[in-house]
Amino acid sequence: MKILYGMQKPDEGTIAVDGEQVAFASPADAIARGIGMVHQHFMLADNLTVLENVVLGSEKLYGIGSAARRKIREISDRYGLGVRPDVLVEDLGVADRQRVEILKVLFRGATTLILDEPTAVLVPQEVDALFDNLRELKAEGLSVIFISHKLGEVLSVADDITVIRRGTTVGTAVPAETTPRQLAEMMVGSELPTPETAESTVTDRPVVEVRDLTVYASGGASLGVEAEPSGGIGLAAEGGEVKKVLDGVTFTIHAGEVMGIAGVEGNGQTELIDALIGTKHADSGAIAFLGEDITGWTTRRRRVGGVGYIPEDRHRQGLLLEAPLWENRILGHVTETPNAKGFWLTPKAAQDDTRRIVEEYDVRTPGIDVTAASLSGGNQQKLIVGREMSHEPKFLIAAHPTRGVDVGAQAQIWDRIREARRQGLAVLLISADLDELIGLSDTLRVIYNGSLVADADPATITPEELGSAMTGAATGHLEHSEPAAPTETTDGGADATGPEDEAR
Amino acid sequence: MKKFDKERALLAVAGPVIALVAAILLTSVVLLASGKSPFEPYRLMLEQASFSDVQVLILNQASMYYIAALAVAVGFRMNLFNIGVDGQYRLAAMMTAVVGAHVALPSFLQIPMLLLVGALTGAFWAGIAGVLKVTRGVSEVVATIMLNAIATSVIGYLTLRDVWGVQVGNNMTTGIMKDSGWVPGIDLGADVGEIYGLVFLAVLLGVAYWIVLNRTRFGFDLRATGASETAAAASGVDAKKMVLTAMLISGAVAGLSGLPLLLGDAHTYSLSFPTGLGFTGITIALLGRNNPVGIAFAALLIAFLDKASPALDYATPVAYEKEIATIMQGLIVFAVVISYEAVRQWGLRRQQRQVGLELAAAAAQNTEKKEVAAR
Repeated sequence: MKILYGMQKPDEGTIAVDGEQVAFASPADAIARGIGMVHQHFMLADNLTVLENVVLGSEKLYGIGSAARRKIREISDRYGLGVRPDVLVEDLGVADRQRVEILKVLFRGATTLILDEPTAVLVPQEVDALFDNLRELKAEGLSVIFISHKLGEVLSVADDITVIRRGTTVGTAVPAETTPRQLAEMMVGSELPTPETAESTVTDRPVVEVRDLTVYASGGASLGVEAEPSGGIGLAAEGGEVKKVLDGVTFTIHAGEVMGIAGVEGNGQTELIDALIGTKHADSGAIAFLGEDITGWTTRRRRVGGVGYIPEDRHRQGLLLEAPLWENRILGHVTETPNAKGFWLTPKAAQDDTRRIVEEYDVRTPGIDVTAASLSGGNQQKLIVGREMSHEPKFLIAAHPTRGVDVGAQAQIWDRIREARRQGLAVLLISADLDELIGLSDTLRVIYNGSLVADADPATITPEELGSAMTGAATGHLEHSEPAAPTETTDGGADATGPEDEAR
Repeated sequence: MKKFDKERALLAVAGPVIALVAAILLTSVVLLASGKSPFEPYRLMLEQASFSDVQVLILNQASMYYIAALAVAVGFRMNLFNIGVDGQYRLAAMMTAVVGAHVALPSFLQIPMLLLVGALTGAFWAGIAGVLKVTRGVSEVVATIMLNAIATSVIGYLTLRDVWGVQVGNNMTTGIMKDSGWVPGIDLGADVGEIYGLVFLAVLLGVAYWIVLNRTRFGFDLRATGASETAAAASGVDAKKMVLTAMLISGAVAGLSGLPLLLGDAHTYSLSFPTGLGFTGITIALLGRNNPVGIAFAALLIAFLDKASPALDYATPVAYEKEIATIMQGLIVFAVVISYEAVRQWGLRRQQRQVGLELAAAAAQNTEKKEVAAR
């Protein structure tokens, strides 16, 4: 993907566009050839308007004035994108931003679109809208490369599927003749995982109690503002006040309980994690851990005390990418055995233990002296999970534990979380993968605009229902309308896609 | 696994070697352009290095460079750029000289006390930048540069005659230090010179640097902060405390860097006390890749260029400008920065590819087996 977009050069092999062999030295070359990419993480400037964002870097095409505006309107109308050129990007929701990204690419004259995990941040309803847009594009004669690990999505939107595993093409499929299960087997090459937890292990021993946790945004646009979902309602009460990125969050997690938090990204999840791990302190409210008030504790004290942490961004928060694996095994637990004895590090013991983790958690690596950067995302994540589990945490914060992880590693990580839960671990699971949330959690909460607005029973809830609560449309206790119905697969939403379904 | 170790060693050496070769080639180009022999100066300088008096000069100079470079390297390891080593070093040397001239304890107390004064003064001066960064977010680069200039003025004031200054001819000094504070060196005879006793302090500091960084919790936290601030914060490192501590340590080491000369030879701080040590230290820390052994080689190399080049001016039959050495030092800095980054990226990519290949090979076998087993 990076190679196709000119960000990286191939060591071998060729790319042909319209039958002509090409070599891209930079994304600019790729754009000139009509290849455009929509990144998973949006590349938009919040404080500029849609128009300004679109023309940025390609001012030569249609200028920056009314000609460009006309062009944007034209593209928007032609493909039914519904983009208004003069709105500030910071006022847009995630789905709208994505449409701006797509428009940006089309504005530059792309005939081939690469979409990298475009649905990861969308709720099911928005996914459907996106797919309508994509069909529109297709009808107009454009090609779309749709990269996703959600099988149902691929099956519903693609005309032709190529399965890639560990860097090689393992097969191609025609959606009409393929079931999700066949596709998944091609992807994994073996037994399929399911996130479903078997029996409840919830005890009545509270491990973490959070009361009225409130955190204010620290100046400027915070993440909470940035990713406000479209159709948001609760943001009106701001006039000059500092925005609360977390507003009166209260919950209790018991030993053996997995509490899932659903929500569109940027609704306070990051702040909640920060407040729990202690990298950002609560402005009001209290956090109790095993009956002790830890609100004022430092991060290190919390971690030593038994709070495990699988960070949402493993590259930024979970690993030292250029350090060897065994040093990464020390990270976050530098004061604990086997990594240190008093003031001194004990590299030998840490290395031995890293070998154990690599073995037990099936981290695929040629050795423990390679840098973390050379491992695949799934193996990096397994190392992190292994590291956190090795210190017998009593409370685990798992933020997107299987994001960007291959299906095989995903199953292993789920197994580990389930196993730890059986042994009385309390888990806070934050995920954008609704199937993962529904499958793993004992209780579910929905976070919207900094507050927990709804709760649901994971045994009966469907991703659609959860999805509508995530946009703020539904609050309170979510009752499933038709409890006996199996998860629908016709919508092409996130529900049809998760491993939960495939396993059936 | 061993293979990766070997490879890392290779990569570690490749950077400096490429940089030095590039710098020498470019210097030759400069020589050619000015119509001189592109090789003769190197021969002359190498010849200088074979004289034992020059060797002593090089060693003495290198010891000071080494300590200064360690001070810079401590900061570099956690992404702090202490440009103020020079100011910290000068102020510390002056304060040590003043204390040494006014306090007379027995040697075994006097020398440790003087070392302490030097370290504390340096730490204090660097600590100002540290406090500013932690409390007000002032970039340590800007703060330390300013503090260099302020140090110059402070020293100018403190060496006035009505403060602590003593005028000797045209030179303002701080007065001769009490001789209980003189550190004896290794005397190699009148025409060879004396190796500073505090050369051993440099060695000691190098060892301590390695141990602290690689074998202590504190060192791990420091390196983690340098490698990824966000990851360090998530792992429980208090970033502010870390910044302040690192600045203090860096300053303390910087404060010691002038003492081999002060306690070993000069015995007074004067206008002719060398300046710019801290800046050379930056070059050396870069060239030595913040590694205590690498820095030692780099310090010797730069000291060699310093001490062997003056002879170029008097070379017969053709004299060369000794500034050739300065040009070369400058080119080394350029080449180092470029080649290290290139080698680093190349190494990372190469390793990623190798790991990928090895795993693909292993996985291909595994999955085949598994697929067979599944059926």
